[in-house]
Amino acid sequence: MTRTAPPHRSGGDVRLEGISKTYGSFTAVHPLDLTVPAGSFFALLGASGCGKTTTLRMIAGLEDPTTGTVALSGQDVTALPPYKRQVNTVFQNYALFPHLDIHENVAFGLRRRGIKSVKKPVEEMLDLVQLGPMARRRPQQLSGGQQQRVAVARALINKPEVLLLDEPLGALDLKLRRQMQLELKRIQTEVGITFVHVTHDQEEAMTMADTVAVMNGGRVEQLGAPADLYENPASTFVANFLGTSNLIEAEVVTADGEELLLKAGDAALRLPARRCSAPARPGGKVLAGVRPEKVTLAHADDAGSLPGGRNLLPARIKDAGFIGVSTQYVVTVPGLGELAVYEQNIERDGRLIPGADVVLHWSPAHTFGLDAAQDIGAGADLDEEAA
Amino acid sequence: MTATEAPPGAPAPKAEPLAVRTPPARKRLVPYWLLLPGLLWLLVFFAAPLVYQASTSIQTGSLEEGFKVTWHLATYWDALGAYWPQFVRSVSYAAVATVLCLLLGYPLAYLIAFKAGRWRNLVMILVIAPFFTSFLIRTLAWKTILADGGPVVGALNALHVLDVTNWLGLTEGHRVLATPLAVVCGLTYNFLPFMVLPLYTSLERIDPRLHEAAGDLYARPRTTFRRVTFPLSMPGVVAGTLLTFIPAAGDYINAELLGSTDQKMIGNVIQSQFLRVLDYPTAAALSFILMAAILTMVTLYIRKSGTEDLV
Repeated sequence: MTRTAPPHRSGGDVRLEGISKTYGSFTAVHPLDLTVPAGSFFALLGASGCGKTTTLRMIAGLEDPTTGTVALSGQDVTALPPYKRQVNTVFQNYALFPHLDIHENVAFGLRRRGIKSVKKPVEEMLDLVQLGPMARRRPQQLSGGQQQRVAVARALINKPEVLLLDEPLGALDLKLRRQMQLELKRIQTEVGITFVHVTHDQEEAMTMADTVAVMNGGRVEQLGAPADLYENPASTFVANFLGTSNLIEAEVVTADGEELLLKAGDAALRLPARRCSAPARPGGKVLAGVRPEKVTLAHADDAGSLPGGRNLLPARIKDAGFIGVSTQYVVTVPGLGELAVYEQNIERDGRLIPGADVVLHWSPAHTFGLDAAQDIGAGADLDEEAA
Repeated sequence: MTATEAPPGAPAPKAEPLAVRTPPARKRLVPYWLLLPGLLWLLVFFAAPLVYQASTSIQTGSLEEGFKVTWHLATYWDALGAYWPQFVRSVSYAAVATVLCLLLGYPLAYLIAFKAGRWRNLVMILVIAPFFTSFLIRTLAWKTILADGGPVVGALNALHVLDVTNWLGLTEGHRVLATPLAVVCGLTYNFLPFMVLPLYTSLERIDPRLHEAAGDLYARPRTTFRRVTFPLSMPGVVAGTLLTFIPAAGDYINAELLGSTDQKMIGNVIQSQFLRVLDYPTAAALSFILMAAILTMVTLYIRKSGTEDLV
């Protein structure tokens, strides 16, 4: 066998061109173009069955794409089997070899590439993931978090151009997951390898990744930096899947200049034209969105003293949930349905209890506009389902 | 055992108020009750005959005068001295058949476990199907298949396969029946399912993601098999070889129906000593020697293969 070339010191880029995967009549991934820049931490985010794992497996070579090409660091690897690709994978349930101890698990890739002196690099790698003393144990003697770190070590020791992570934290409890997120981020910064991370946990994707691609139904819905996706969702799916959004059906009154004027029920709302991803013409419909934490509640008695120039909606509190740092309200807006409002617990107004009449107000700059032709509830409950 | 007797190691209920509450006696005895039918069966049909045979093996006498326990241990030496060629033959036939079963059975089990897909159940049924017919009938069928002048022997002759097996000492002349080849083939055929089933079970338990992980870590398919699949299937290999070797070593049907006097195995000797010669002490001694030999070999084998989770 021709030994694979010595791996690069730093990460390579991944370029997917027109890549798709169909199983019989089912299309798991629609033709997709995606570029993951070298050295970045890239997350593929979506609910189960959205095609994110299939995409990852096509990069690894574990799945043959139906159409399209996969290029690593500029080299077309579409036809190469997994064992000839400079990528390594951290599998969902780690897939550690049960018949080998931790040391041998980590050494596996090095030995297959014909490297004789594995002792030192393995020890260094185990130290990096803080498992030095566990070297002679078997995988099944380790806790979930330790196994996860072995899986990372076993992949990283090969210094791949790209590290693929398939829901690597899915089997861990919440606290350990948060800890491992920071740990993985630290390792990625340290080694500078390109990470492609598949997850259904939007918080995980936003905490760790530089760039997030939100996938739905085998397509990338939106791609961007986490904050950008959160502030400017381009579809109802992204708006609902990443955090919570209030989406209000509204009619466009005027659509000229920098700002759109909308009519939602009896209320008038303003929306910056550049934050509206839907074509807007007077008389047409759009969905006006605002994040719950951007909205402030004022008691109806104080409505007169509110600053001018804000979007206002009269409502009534239906429910209030105190969760420490904030209080989460569900309010009913006549004619528009229920909206969510998160208030920081700084100066709590004792009058804001269920049944109270209130006015919601927020800066027009925090409003975003979406195409009204979409399903308003898309992606709303998927996160909980998948978790 | 009486109902009031506590199982060993169970703490006796104490008067201390904080002591862990021991389950009532009836509950504690449940495991023993569950064991009872099996234990009784074992006692009546295994332990008792074993003791009886042990005593037979140290008796002397004849059928007319009756047998008496005389602690005549020389029977063992005499039996071993007279029948050691049959012992050697039994072990070597069984060993060859076991190896052949492994060579045939491993690819088959691998196919069923990983490649058969929706045909898996069908292939499994095909493996088990021979069990629906009696062992004897199947072996008799082989007698027909391998008959002199039959199509199989004709084909083997035409292809000069028999020249090779003649040279190897497995056959003689232009026939297969009444040669070591026929007996080994019969043993291999009859015990193949005992090899395939444990192999399949252990292969099927292997997480296919381990294969993917090995490929991802630069192992070519052949290396993946050598370093991951085969080591993980070792419990199946050990169980399969034991389940094949042990009954094959004691088998006499195949040698009886497919072999001649030159292929007699130790099972045939024991059978004829018991039923024709009526020399019960020698037959019993031979049985014990066979049992001891198999136990020793199996123990060494298991220790060597290091599979503790087998027993």
